[in-house]
Amino acid sequence: MTRPGGIATLAEHKRRRIDELTARTSGTGGVSLLRDAGRRLRRNPAAVVGAALILLFLVIAIFAPLVAPHDPVQRFPELTSRLTVDSIPGATAGHPLGSDPLGRDFASRMIYGARQTLFVGVLATLIGLLSGVLLGAVAGAAGGWVDVLIMRITDVMLALPSLLLAITLVALASESTQWTVIVAVAVVNVPVFARLLRGSMLAQRESDHVLAARALGVRGRDIVTRHMLPNSLTAVIVQATLTFAVAILDAAALSFLGLGDPDINRAEWGLMLGVDGVRYLEVRPELAYFPAAAIILVALGFTLLGESMREALDPKNRR
Amino acid sequence: MVRVVLRRLIQLGVTLIALMTLIFFWLRNLPGGPVDALLGERATPQTRETLIRALGYDQPIWVQYWRFVRNVVTGDLGNSIRTGEPVTAVISRAFPATVELALAAIVIAVGLGIPLGYLAARHRGRLLDNATIVVTLIGISIPIFFLGYLLKDWLTQGAHVFPPSGRISTGAGNTDVTGFFVLDGLLTREWDASADALWHLVLPAVTLATIPLAIIVRITRASVLDVLDEDYIRTADAKGLRDATIRRRHVLRNALLPVVTTIGLQTGALLAGAVLTEKVYNWGGLGTLITDSISGSRDYPVLQALILLAAFVFIVVNLLVDLSYAVIDPRVRVR
Repeated sequence: MTRPGGIATLAEHKRRRIDELTARTSGTGGVSLLRDAGRRLRRNPAAVVGAALILLFLVIAIFAPLVAPHDPVQRFPELTSRLTVDSIPGATAGHPLGSDPLGRDFASRMIYGARQTLFVGVLATLIGLLSGVLLGAVAGAAGGWVDVLIMRITDVMLALPSLLLAITLVALASESTQWTVIVAVAVVNVPVFARLLRGSMLAQRESDHVLAARALGVRGRDIVTRHMLPNSLTAVIVQATLTFAVAILDAAALSFLGLGDPDINRAEWGLMLGVDGVRYLEVRPELAYFPAAAIILVALGFTLLGESMREALDPKNRR
Repeated sequence: MVRVVLRRLIQLGVTLIALMTLIFFWLRNLPGGPVDALLGERATPQTRETLIRALGYDQPIWVQYWRFVRNVVTGDLGNSIRTGEPVTAVISRAFPATVELALAAIVIAVGLGIPLGYLAARHRGRLLDNATIVVTLIGISIPIFFLGYLLKDWLTQGAHVFPPSGRISTGAGNTDVTGFFVLDGLLTREWDASADALWHLVLPAVTLATIPLAIIVRITRASVLDVLDEDYIRTADAKGLRDATIRRRHVLRNALLPVVTTIGLQTGALLAGAVLTEKVYNWGGLGTLITDSISGSRDYPVLQALILLAAFVFIVVNLLVDLSYAVIDPRVRVR
């Protein structure tokens, strides 16, 4: 299918973007490549900034109960009493960021929001990753009609733009919960991971280390799990890092469309921005600015780190 | 070339049929099924029975499926649950609004994105380049509905530079010819109406263009940098070609291929962005239709048609992009 000079049709290009990443990052040099990439990563300011951002939010998420001044779902009488139709109280003693529309401590909700947002992002990415990797590994290892079937399924899923597919999935689910959102965002990424892994498996099938294992009489299943999957891991990790950023943006978009988590107590940045944030933008814009800034910074962190990792693992940049 | 097109057309058909089948069986298996979705909870057994018979749900599943496929192929997509109108009428009314918005967004994204990406690459490592990188990174990390509200808040509330929502001012409404309001005004020589519609278009188009613009800038920059490293550029330089010639004939032309691919992918993704943008600006296109048909009780016939339409547009745009390769790159034509 590939034409001379690296020209491909669009659908091929989409696939090849995934395959190229695979080829660049899997099994090309073993430990020395990884060590080399790690060194270049540490010298890249973009990677350091990205990692620092992720680490910062991770620490806030883990230690939320220690950092937050209050319980994120508790409604404070001193705040609720001052709520009116067109004003939501700002910073007061004990409430550094003021109130949310229900008289809850906004600062605490922002801090606990790190927890919920990372939770949604991590789970959506992980579920997508695991199902995609499983499908891709089966397709790559089995070949034949199993491969064709799985690849055609991914084609259908790639026929819709990703957010639209997520909207469709939530809309077709009978009821909306936090899990509907997580699963919908996860499913969108399944074809990407499936293609990634399949490409990597195909590339390895004929490689020397697999041939050697086969010649030594290692069982087929062990070749896949012990010799092929570990080599595909770096490509999967890079893709997962980039996926994470998109996952929390998609979750926020679903909240904005009224398809998000219906639990009004849930402190999650996407919900806080997509529901209350835009509704009270003229009354108290901070309700939108803070969660938006947090989402942008987290997404930025993961994008920076993911792209730096991809760059660092690219043998082209090796010295 | 013909073989490629044929193969892609067959792929298009297969994908659409698969999608259609998936949606059909999914809707059949919803708890309560489409009948409950149509009737709501307070229906008597008799009305249920009548509706089931009227919709043909008492028939075997394969008969239902065959009827469904036949209807879709003949352009009968059923009636909207919300309004009772035929789905095709509802969609064709909203279609021009979204196309107008998406075209404007693409013009902005391509018109600004390619020059900016090119300039950034030519000035690699300098201020312009670094600024471009930072701004585009934020562009792909910002939730675009939030950006939409920000623009709206800053430019319509305080400063009154742009109208806050809608496609045209009430009273300035022009004669409806094509449904593309800017074009309609030009056709009927109602210049004021046309300008008014254009003025309404600015903020939504900018909002919708943000993500594709950022992505096109990044791809163009990376692609130009790749090409600048190529031996044939050094050769062209060494044999004394003028800088402008090298840029136009060798750098841009070769660097544009991945950019064109990206433009295709982003055009498809605009459909998803339109759902968010149209809600922010109350635009009344296909995106609004999607939002309306999923809020509250779901309008499945409309939703189903919109999904098929989105997939169709996405695949056709990608096909067109593939064909454009032949124009840009002579090597493809030879094959």
